[in-house]
This record gives sequence, C-alpha cells and structure tokens, in this order.
Amino acid sequence: MSFLDMDERILEIAARVEVVYSPLVDLKEFPADVDVTIVEGGVSSEEDLHKIRMVRSRTKLLIALGDCAVTSNVPGMRNTFKVDDVMKRAYFENADLKQQVPSDVIPKLLPRTRPVHEVVPVDVFLPGCPPPADVIFGALVSLLDGTTPDLSGTRFGR
Amino acid sequence: MSGRPSAKPAAGAPSSKVKTLTIDDRLVSAREDESILDAARQNGIQIPTLCNLDGLTPVGACRLCMVEVKGSSRLFASCVTMVGEGMEVVTDSERLQKYRKTIVELLFSERNHVCAVCVSNGHCELQNLAQTLGVTHLTVPYLHPKLPVDASHERFVNDHNRCVLCQRCVRVCGEVEGAHTWDLRGRGIDTRVITDLNQPWGSSETCTGCGKCVHVCPTGALTEKGKSIREMAKQSRFLPYLTMMREDRSE
Repeated sequence: MSFLDMDERILEIAARVEVVYSPLVDLKEFPADVDVTIVEGGVSSEEDLHKIRMVRSRTKLLIALGDCAVTSNVPGMRNTFKVDDVMKRAYFENADLKQQVPSDVIPKLLPRTRPVHEVVPVDVFLPGCPPPADVIFGALVSLLDGTTPDLSGTRFGR
Repeated sequence: MSGRPSAKPAAGAPSSKVKTLTIDDRLVSAREDESILDAARQNGIQIPTLCNLDGLTPVGACRLCMVEVKGSSRLFASCVTMVGEGMEVVTDSERLQKYRKTIVELLFSERNHVCAVCVSNGHCELQNLAQTLGVTHLTVPYLHPKLPVDASHERFVNDHNRCVLCQRCVRVCGEVEGAHTWDLRGRGIDTRVITDLNQPWGSSETCTGCGKCVHVCPTGALTEKGKSIREMAKQSRFLPYLTMMREDRSE
C-alpha cells in the first residue's frame, strides 16, 4: 500500500521500467534475467525459501522492502515458540471443525521466520513498517539513475 | 601524565579548575570535573548516547558514547571519562561508527524489538539511534528469546522484550525518587531489570507508583497501561528541572 502511496509518481517509474513479474502480473513462473526485484515479507515456509532462492538466482539487484523482509518483524513473533506449538495453536486450539494439521495445500513452516538477508544476499534494505512512499520513490529513482539510494528517511518501525 | 583519561567521578561542589583539550581538532575548555561528553555537548559536538540522561549519574552502560583518545588504543565511554589537560579526543571515526552500529545491532538482536507492535513506535530512542547511525538491517542473527511481560502493576507494564538494560529506571528510582524499587539481576545476556527482590511489580512494597521510571525509559520496555502509541510519548525532560528545584530548596 505504501508503494501505491507514491500516487501519480508511480507513472514516472512505470515509464522507465518494464514490470515482468508481480502478484498482479499474469505469469506463474518467475522470469530470468531480471534487473531489480523488490521483495517483501519474511522467509517463513519451505515455499518462501524455494521462491527467494530462485528469485535471487534470476535477479541482479535484490531489494528487501519493509520490516518483515528486513527484520522478520511480526511474522517472526512466532520464533519464540516451537513450530509444533504454533501449529497446535492454529489448527487445534483455535479450530472448531476438522482439527488437523494441513499437509497438502499449506507449505511446511520453517523452524523460524527469518529476514531475507539471512537466507540470500540482499543488495538494498528499505526498512520501515511501512517504508514511507517518498523513500521508496527516491530509492527507485536513484537506482534507475545509477546512484546510491538515500535511506536516511526511513527506519525500523513507523 | 597529562591528558591521561580518568574515570574519577565528580563529588561535592563543582571544581573551578579548567582543563584545555581538543575534541575533533577543536580547542575546547571544560571544568576538570566534567566528562568528555559534557565538554563536547557544550561545544555543539554531538556524540550518540542511549543510557545517558540529563539529571542521572552516568554509568557507561550502553557504550555508544565511546570516543578515541590519542595515546591509547582502547576506547573510552565519554560519559564517564573526565576531561584532561592536553587530551586529544576523536568523537567520530570509521572505527567508532562501526562499533556504534554493531552495538545498536546487538541491542536489536538480543531482545524482541518488534517495532510494528510496540507502543513506543515512532518515539523510541533505540529506533532513532538506528536511523541516525544508518542501521538499515542487522548483520548478526536475531536471538528471539522468550521473555515475560510483567503487567501486574495497576498502572504500568514492564515488557522485557523491549529492555536495553540502560538502567535509567534503576537510577531514577534510586537517585531521584529514593525508593530503589528497580535493580538488575543476572549477568551478561541473562541480565534483567527486577522490581524489589525479583517479585511482580504489582506486589512491590517499595514502588510509590510515581511513574518516573516509565518516562525515562528510552524504549517501550516501561509503559503506561491503556495508552495508545500517540499518547505514550515519554517526557524525560522533567528530570533536570526536578533536580534543580530540589537543590534550590536545600540551600
């Protein structure tokens, strides 16, 4: 949402980039030879781990956007508990019907949710919950211009 | 030896002796019972601090104010190191910046500072430090310890997940309120702030409920119950005024 808070400036970015993959792009497979990938969220499940490794291998510059990607933040709050206890809480204690641990559709949880850079190398960090739209815009413009982004306008948390 | 750093604490009436030294190549002077941090601040040189607070005895707990002193390879916490004649101090170098960043990173990794769900989000001194020092991510792994939250007091909460062990609460309670409800137990990474003899805050017999500890706490470790993020801004500036008014009364 903070990304969309760039408002009309998003057109300025759009004119200079080609969006090849996003949750909104109708493409199932992550394409090869991507210049920049912006990733959000912590690495929580085996599927996340598989995805981020593939993204990294096909991307030149990886940006971790937001506290979940940078610190593991709220998804990482389960890390003080064991995975079994987390699953028990979600699928038994808080479930009224069909108490069972899902095995097919839901990817298996990793022992801990980890920030992206603990799993694969990250080139640019944009902390913040969320990072201000101005910082996101400024960072994208400086990357397009080939300069180092100024990150002094954002921090962990608000 | 002149210019040699000493950690002798100031006692009694302010000294009238003046020492001359250089801080970041600037010639400055300060009373002999003043710290390098005092001297720097009086001359507009900013050194980052966390445990230090105007009105409380400096303890050198956080080590963020470390400076280089020419002639010694070790670093000195400027809040507890007194000025010396001819001393040459460097407050900002690549080495110091690296150490300061690492200190902030270690503070974040040691507890669960989940800023997004903290009542101090937006007015937290640890958050501010990370921003000013350019800590955009941690190069050390998060430990995610399982820590308790003591909400037994009727008005306040002690969340160990947010504590940085700056000991401001310990000092303000002992030095200013005179109750000494707060103290530390354990060592190293197992150190915790405790109330009375490690009993729930709500059952403390010495706590007067004054709330000074809450307002000097730099993070969301000590907060008031029922306050929203916007309402829970800490008011730590009462302290110098309070001590000043008390001094006037005793004369």
